Amino acid sequence: MYRYDEFDHAVVAARVDEFSSQVARRLSGELTEEQFRPLRLMNGVYLQLHAYMLRVAIPYGQLSSRQLRMLAHIARTYDKGYGHFTTRQNIQYNWPQLCDIPAALADLASVEMHAIQTSGNCIRNTTSDPFAGVAADEVTDPRPWAEIIRQWSTIHPEFTYLPRKFKIAISAGEEDRAAVAFHDIGIRIVRNDAGEIGFKVLVGGGMGRTPRVGRVITEFLNPTELLGYLESILRVYNLHGRRDNKYKARIKILVDALGIDEFRRQVEVEWAHLRGSEVEVPASEIERIHSYFVPRELPARPEAPAEFLAARQQNAAFARWVDANIINHRVPGYAGVTITLKPAGGIPGDVTADEMDAIADLADRFGFSELRATKDQNLVLPSVAQEDLLPLWQELVSLSLAEGNHGLINDMITCPGLDYCALANARSIPLAQEISTRFADLERQANIGPLTLNISGCINACGHHHVANIGILGVDKHGDEAYQLVIGGDARDSAAVAQISGPGYSQEKIVDAVETTVNTYLAQRTGAEETFIETFRRIGLAPFKEALNAAR
Amino acid sequence: MSKTFVTANRLTDGLVVFRTADGAWSTAYADAALYDDSAAEVAAASSEATVVVGVYAVEVEQAEDGSWQPLTTRERIRVLGPSIAYQRSA
Ligand code: SF4
Repeated sequence: MYRYDEFDHAVVAARVDEFSSQVARRLSGELTEEQFRPLRLMNGVYLQLHAYMLRVAIPYGQLSSRQLRMLAHIARTYDKGYGHFTTRQNIQYNWPQLCDIPAALADLASVEMHAIQTSGNCIRNTTSDPFAGVAADEVTDPRPWAEIIRQWSTIHPEFTYLPRKFKIAISAGEEDRAAVAFHDIGIRIVRNDAGEIGFKVLVGGGMGRTPRVGRVITEFLNPTELLGYLESILRVYNLHGRRDNKYKARIKILVDALGIDEFRRQVEVEWAHLRGSEVEVPASEIERIHSYFVPRELPARPEAPAEFLAARQQNAAFARWVDANIINHRVPGYAGVTITLKPAGGIPGDVTADEMDAIADLADRFGFSELRATKDQNLVLPSVAQEDLLPLWQELVSLSLAEGNHGLINDMITCPGLDYCALANARSIPLAQEISTRFADLERQANIGPLTLNISGCINACGHHHVANIGILGVDKHGDEAYQLVIGGDARDSAAVAQISGPGYSQEKIVDAVETTVNTYLAQRTGAEETFIETFRRIGLAPFKEALNAAR
Repeated sequence: MSKTFVTANRLTDGLVVFRTADGAWSTAYADAALYDDSAAEVAAASSEATVVVGVYAVEVEQAEDGSWQPLTTRERIRVLGPSIAYQRSA
């Protein structure tokens, strides 16, 4: 795991001091709210419906147990005893007092964490595959590259006042687990025919009001060229992005307007100036950053041990959890484990301070003190011996976090919605609770199979409804909540934006509509092995529309 | 017939506050003063920049039980707090 050097420490400490003084000046009236607002946003502080909200970055999702305990401490000391993991590998606290935030940030800095650039029109937290460094299917570990991007983008003077926020994701698995196609810049690490590692770069993806699948700007970049190329993209965007209209200010709109070919041409012109300049990362620095991520020497543990296999045979709930929440590890005898924060009837992504502490203990006991936060609002223990899966699961049962629902209908992404968010049109969380209660039966979930169901409380799409197999969008109907149902989205390499299923639904009807959609799939699929999205691609939207209209 | 109350978020902790009849602020909705025309009150409250943030008026209507309720779901939730049990272990 990356450890801060003196430079990182100094930057974060200086920022804590600076923001503390800004808060003091705001409280004394020296700064007006208008002056203070952009400053607080740059430090992750929003003013929401009922209180301030503090968003803390978890760079590329990587957390140590010590850091998770600090997140628990923040929840307990400065908030109401819980936090909310978000789709951008951040954690949000919903109730901090402004006057306490400097102290909270100082506490975070003591474990090498901060809230810098978690809001505002700058380059946000770079996200990555939660199984980076351990997945059996990856080309190389993307984390060193995520770290290089983090260092380059942190307080980058040229990109602190972009036309709009800017999100970068990077992944290296055969399967994309970071939804890179839906980021302003998405990076897939690939191998060329000569076996060399490089970057395929997508640009102009995004969700929000204008959902777009990222377009390929280059098929292959050499490792040393990465930052020069990213800087060139940012420069073209910084210069030509629409600052006059908030809704047209994201890079996707610029790429739409210019066309990908012209956009690429302009980037290449810019790049010609930067190639070979000091922006390029020297090989020695690449090596230095990589040295923080050298794969851990894992002690040899038996592969498919007998007790594990027996428990899987005898205990249906454990077997279901293993089927859904475990992925192959690059080292035989180990597994990657997802702890879904989605108990039936619970609030997706919410974790109490006590639960955070308990999970940190489990990471110490079973997982080399390592954790990851995922874009699906879950936590991951990246390296657990197969022998330890049963005792780990038993501990999770006692925490009520052992449901084997990863990737199934109840593993919903849900934004805070109108219960907290000042921008919301409608509530998301109560809907998620109603759906997960209705589909609580794990056998039913497993029978439905892989399915993503995401909920956003407004068109900003923080809940990723556009890329869900079944998405729900909260809309405002004359001051009342209403919901639109969209179908057929996909966040993976086979990226697609979901399509509107028809007229909207009231709060009372929307969950029935979800069930109708699921039942239509079950009736139409060729067999249990055909997933929801495969069936949708085969039969199209029409049969779903028909069933939904008939059920109205 | 509709009336309005005047609301904001408190600067120090961000909590929702309501303008009271004596020109103070309260976190209790029951303390909110109701106005036929709140323009002057909004203007006065807006000058209290070290006390509150984002002053505005909310329209309310009298419900059957006699209480005054905001017209929109958003403002009702803002008055009542999150509609969910959000502290699982507390
Ligand atoms: S999608 Fe809308 S309602 Fe949900 S968190 Fe984002 S801005 Fe708020």
